[in-house]
Amino acid sequence: MAILAALLAGLLFGLGLVVSAVVDPAKVLGFLDLAGDWDPSLALVMVGAIPVAALGFVLGRRRPRPLLAASFQPPTARALDSRLIRGAALCGAGWGLVGFCPGPALASLALGAWQSWVFAAAMLLGMAAHAVWNLRR
Amino acid sequence: MSHFTPVAALQGGALIGTSALLCWVLLGRTAGISGIVAGAAQASGAERNWRLAFLAGLILAPLVFALAGGALPVPEVTRNPAMLVVAGLLVGFGTRMGGGCTSGHGVCGLARLSWRSVVATGTFMASAVATVFVTRHLLGL
Repeated sequence: MAILAALLAGLLFGLGLVVSAVVDPAKVLGFLDLAGDWDPSLALVMVGAIPVAALGFVLGRRRPRPLLAASFQPPTARALDSRLIRGAALCGAGWGLVGFCPGPALASLALGAWQSWVFAAAMLLGMAAHAVWNLRR
Repeated sequence: MSHFTPVAALQGGALIGTSALLCWVLLGRTAGISGIVAGAAQASGAERNWRLAFLAGLILAPLVFALAGGALPVPEVTRNPAMLVVAGLLVGFGTRMGGGCTSGHGVCGLARLSWRSVVATGTFMASAVATVFVTRHLLGL
């Protein structure tokens, strides 16, 4: 059941990215280009998503555990450290360079643009590089 | 403002929010894509399997949308392969270093009222806006 639930959740996430056209980097760059022909659509994607997600976290508080798993596992990191800032700054630079972030890059693989595949492969390499860098520190 | 699509954006956002809601209420996990990808590569057993199932759904979503009669958007990428590689490396490394991306921090983290996510979201938004300004308006790319 947990596998089916995860498949459904992934499907809904991908459908959301397709419906809102966030899978199109041109759409994303239009949102990030405040000095150009600004397209505020992406802000409304967040306005649509956050309250529904928040409802899930509120509902979760009333239950001892999730319906299909042993326990709630919220992110454990608490510190507002330089790694958070540096990581987010690097991620934002890559996002602004092309217009892909992890979800849309993967959800656009089946849309026929070879660029998604190149970006996704480099993204996986970047994640692997971080894992190696993290071990060496 | 010519490309503003408020209704589709809100609808798509609600679907993404519903995905995050299900992840938390059913699985007890936050729907952060970069974390799910990294976990799928590093974990094993059930921890790996739910992540692979989520990613399968994410990747197959356009096909399901097309089968249901939806008109698929065509991604318009204007960047050359070298820039794609650099951007992919930055996003891959940066999301792991910062512990999340647009979904993990920008949607789930903000919905959980996490200060880390508020700071991360402000930072990657500012960084992305600055990058677009430099590449588009200063370099003319």
